[in-house]
Amino acid sequence: MSKKEYSKEMLLHMYEDMLRIRKFETKLTECFMKGMLAGNIHTCIGQEAAAVGASKALEKRDFIASTHRGHGHCIAKGAKTDKMMAELFGKVTGYCRGKGGSMHVADISLGILGANGIVGAGIPIATGSGLTSKIRNTDEVTLAFFGDSASNHGTFHESINMAAAWKLPVVYLCENNGYGVSVDINTVTNTDNIAVRAKAYDIPGKTVDGNDVLAVYEAVKEAVEYAREGNGPSIVECKTYRMRGHYEGDPAEYRSKEVTEEWKKKDPIDRFRTHLLTLGMEAEELDAIEEAMDKEIEAATEFATESPYPDASEVTLDVYASDNERSVIR
Amino acid sequence: MRTLSTSKAIREALHEEMQRDENVIVVGEDLGKMGNPFGITLGFLDEFGPNRVIETPICESGFTGMAVGAAMRGVRPVVELMYVDFIGVAMDPVMNQAAKMRYMTGGQVNIPMVVRAPMGAGRRNAGQHSQCLETLFTNIPGLKVVAPSTAADAKGLLKASIRDEDPVIFLEHKLLYAAKGEIPEGEHIIPIGEADVKREGKDVTIITWSRQVFFALEAAKELEKDGIDVEVIDLRSLVPLDWETIKKSVSKTHNVVVVQEGNKRSGFAGEISSQIMEELFDELDSPVERVAGLNVVPPFSPPLEDAFFPNPNDIVKAVKKAVNFKL
Repeated sequence: MSKKEYSKEMLLHMYEDMLRIRKFETKLTECFMKGMLAGNIHTCIGQEAAAVGASKALEKRDFIASTHRGHGHCIAKGAKTDKMMAELFGKVTGYCRGKGGSMHVADISLGILGANGIVGAGIPIATGSGLTSKIRNTDEVTLAFFGDSASNHGTFHESINMAAAWKLPVVYLCENNGYGVSVDINTVTNTDNIAVRAKAYDIPGKTVDGNDVLAVYEAVKEAVEYAREGNGPSIVECKTYRMRGHYEGDPAEYRSKEVTEEWKKKDPIDRFRTHLLTLGMEAEELDAIEEAMDKEIEAATEFATESPYPDASEVTLDVYASDNERSVIR
Repeated sequence: MRTLSTSKAIREALHEEMQRDENVIVVGEDLGKMGNPFGITLGFLDEFGPNRVIETPICESGFTGMAVGAAMRGVRPVVELMYVDFIGVAMDPVMNQAAKMRYMTGGQVNIPMVVRAPMGAGRRNAGQHSQCLETLFTNIPGLKVVAPSTAADAKGLLKASIRDEDPVIFLEHKLLYAAKGEIPEGEHIIPIGEADVKREGKDVTIITWSRQVFFALEAAKELEKDGIDVEVIDLRSLVPLDWETIKKSVSKTHNVVVVQEGNKRSGFAGEISSQIMEELFDELDSPVERVAGLNVVPPFSPPLEDAFFPNPNDIVKAVKKAVNFKL
């Protein structure tokens, strides 16, 4: 891992956030198995380094657009696990009062422009946020998370073309986990790396080990600074792997077990822990962080389960900002 | 009062709102030097600069989605689709993003965005440049849908749409761009959701919008000769719908004809007809009639195109059928 020197505080914070995401989602898988969670749950277990490395390279005032696999992105950008858990349980105390669920967590005040249930749809939204910073002459950077499959969507090309033409402050971050639901990216794309497409837009493009949180951080940091200085967008591709199926309940039989086992050895949290121990940190200290995360997620789950559902009368609220009642009735 | 063409009235509304609020930007194809194919934004690039006149590549999905992202940050984009038919390549940002964002986030965020889209047949533009697609939008919760007929209504409603906190689909009929009308002096705003009785009458109510308002008025003149007194309601806004105006008129005339240019099947005219039958059945002396385009692709050849969309004579026939109905 990186030879660069980082403050202990920052390194531990990264470790903590990766664990926070892992524990949050592991809890989701348990709750799903018990039938406590409705709908679809897409976890990013195994991909936490991309979410955390990228978000650590951003400032509070910066923005992200996320995907259907967005729990990690939201947590890394500062979303609270109790309000997220409540949202996933469909409770009124959730981020979206239970109206969005797993695929639509958003908190505009934290710069989270929303997870998104449509593959590729967050890319133009992030581009619009970048346009906003450009036309207001403010210095926020917007980062679009998307997967390898979204990179084959028209919105990828349309957005990056515009962002490059107008030098918008956007970082396009591809989490290449090798699969679009069940389809191996290599069977639908002719290049090994997505980031090579940057050449077509004459912008920087970099492929990094997406399970190395510091490698992700360094590549994204560079892209963020480049954008903030007014040079325009970049593509950063994080090579990673989702350890679970596309959604909970998907046995992922379209993938070879051997390959999955190989990736297990590259678990981003285990690797980072080893790195931190090599740097001289105490195992007890790291264990204490893990225990704290366990406690936080237990408390978040308790908050979610004990919170009330929205009253059924809320079903017609907030479709429109004005004239809501009349517009909903007819 | 001044007289302006509808396209100039739309231009004036955009211009006034851009001068009033620096958050208002225009986004779309050929908006710069060309000033759009109908001259709507002519001179805007020089006056407001490239940060507010966003002349895009030809990528409706990308730039409409980009406008949604900008709107989430508080910008008020007025997106132009060169023809409403192009919504086919930009539907996701409208249907799944703009329309749903407020609800899905539990009311956290508004999308104060307008999508202006020229529509309609009569210019021999054939199948992919001639449709009226209101029904695609009225079916989507979260969108407001506006379709004015006169120059003054176009100006007043566009200003209201730009100031609205919700995504508004603003449908402009291409055949009305050159039509001139009187524009009130000073600030002129028409609230979304208010219909306008363009002609009062006591025998039958014609409910319509956009270009068909003028056809309905022509039909009403013709019917006057037969002693049939027609009331013409111009809905102006389809969502939200001005039910009170409809109810008042139907309760007076007891006969209704709903007219739309777009093809009949699953059209908004059917929606109006259903609502009247559900809620005002006791007021009706005859079944609600619909006059609408044929369920075909808009054809190119002039005699075919003229046969495709409703004309005043079709409306006359439907009105006569309604008023002559006997149990």
